[in-house]
Amino acid sequence: MQQRPFKILVVDDEPDLEPLMLQRMRRSIRSGHYEFVFAQNGIEALKKLNDDDGIDMVVSDINMPQMDGLTLLAQIPDVNPNIRSVIVSAYGDMKNIRTAMNRGAFDFVTKPIDFDDLQVTIDRTLRHLTEWREALASRDRLVALQNELDVASRIQQSILPTDFPEAMGVEVFGMMQPARNVGGDFFDVMNLEGGRIGMGIADVSDKGVPAALFMMSCRTLLKGAAIGTNTPAEVLGEVNDLLREDNEAEMFVTLLYADYNPANGDLAYASGGHDAPLVIHPDGSNTLLPLTGGVALGVVPQFEYGQNTVKIASGDTVIMYTDGVTEAMNSEGEQFGLGRLREVFTAGPPASAEVACQAVFDAVRSFAGDTPQSDDITCVTLQRKGG
Amino acid sequence: MAVTSERQGGTLIAHVEGRVDGSNAREFQGDLESAINDDDRIVVLDLAQLSYISSAGLRVILMVAKTLQRQQAKFAVCGLSEMIREVFQVSGFDKIIPTHNSKEDALAALAG
Repeated sequence: MQQRPFKILVVDDEPDLEPLMLQRMRRSIRSGHYEFVFAQNGIEALKKLNDDDGIDMVVSDINMPQMDGLTLLAQIPDVNPNIRSVIVSAYGDMKNIRTAMNRGAFDFVTKPIDFDDLQVTIDRTLRHLTEWREALASRDRLVALQNELDVASRIQQSILPTDFPEAMGVEVFGMMQPARNVGGDFFDVMNLEGGRIGMGIADVSDKGVPAALFMMSCRTLLKGAAIGTNTPAEVLGEVNDLLREDNEAEMFVTLLYADYNPANGDLAYASGGHDAPLVIHPDGSNTLLPLTGGVALGVVPQFEYGQNTVKIASGDTVIMYTDGVTEAMNSEGEQFGLGRLREVFTAGPPASAEVACQAVFDAVRSFAGDTPQSDDITCVTLQRKGG
Repeated sequence: MAVTSERQGGTLIAHVEGRVDGSNAREFQGDLESAINDDDRIVVLDLAQLSYISSAGLRVILMVAKTLQRQQAKFAVCGLSEMIREVFQVSGFDKIIPTHNSKEDALAALAG
């Protein structure tokens, strides 16, 4: 870790100490472990500390002219709080030793100086200093990481729709509840030509800023493809090919895209590695729609996605979700699972798309209890109105 | 999460145990990367003791698969529990990465 020698400032008004110290510590100096600088009093010491920010520790006598060691000790933190000091005091001078320790000295040695003891004390101090610096560095890294996650989380929140398209006879709703520090979900709802409604729900495979940027480009590409192409399979194919370009980080996104036509109740959908939608019928029964055999997007270039079309009957509710729903865990380590999701509405169908979405979140929340949420939870619902 | 590995010549079998999710995916990646040598010809990931894998974990497997493809090594996974198999099917990863029931099946298929 420490590449250069530790630089130690020795402060003593005794002129003989300098040659003696250099002589007794010559091995550690020659091996490049230590390097010494000297000052004759507190004022000179402070000047050296101010001029040279490479000084790691101070070894100081207490009684000196102009500025004594205890005064110096009190001023060192103002120059650099990460410097460690060792005080040299007269044998048995407990009062000054206590004052020195109270003023932040790391350790002390007594006069006459036993150089072996001094060396042990210096080494212990430097070891402490190294550990302290490592701890500081990891704290800085943690703060940087936290900032990065905050940025990522803001990006994620900013791309979610806040209002939903309204069309005759259909209602759409969506919600995302981010997990602390782990984010990857997003959804989008779009008005398309001829009154059709496009809905996408997705889960990006990583977290942090790169994943959030990847998410942002997915969302933009999805919007573009949804408006410019005809079928969900084509939409997935186009987004996949564009994501695949320049994706050295091997990020990917699971994406379910559905296109609902209010004119006839047709729901065409294609899944790129994403869970299949669930349809809740007015009698409380439900149907899990089949997967369409697609791979997560951003992985295989030129992948041919399949799609499926189902008729949504009046009163049916389509539930689209991410694995944050089905893989939510309780305190026993059990997963919420598709089984429990299918049971949410057995007592009766939801009154609206929004109620359906809330019911899913409520069921997951009451199942998970106090167990911390480990993944984003997202749900998008569509209900066909009318009887 | 733990990765243990055994090697026979240029064949590496890495056993993955426990949960892999966003919180330990980087560690999982590091473990696999240090287990795999540049001159490995066959790598089998035994997932029999894997209890859960999130998409962050799948991404690590995908990165390993791509790296091995570049060094022209063969790669497969084996021993998928029903739950893990479902994750592979839903994500479509079973179409990209060969899956086998057992280590023996995987080795027989890759050696051929």
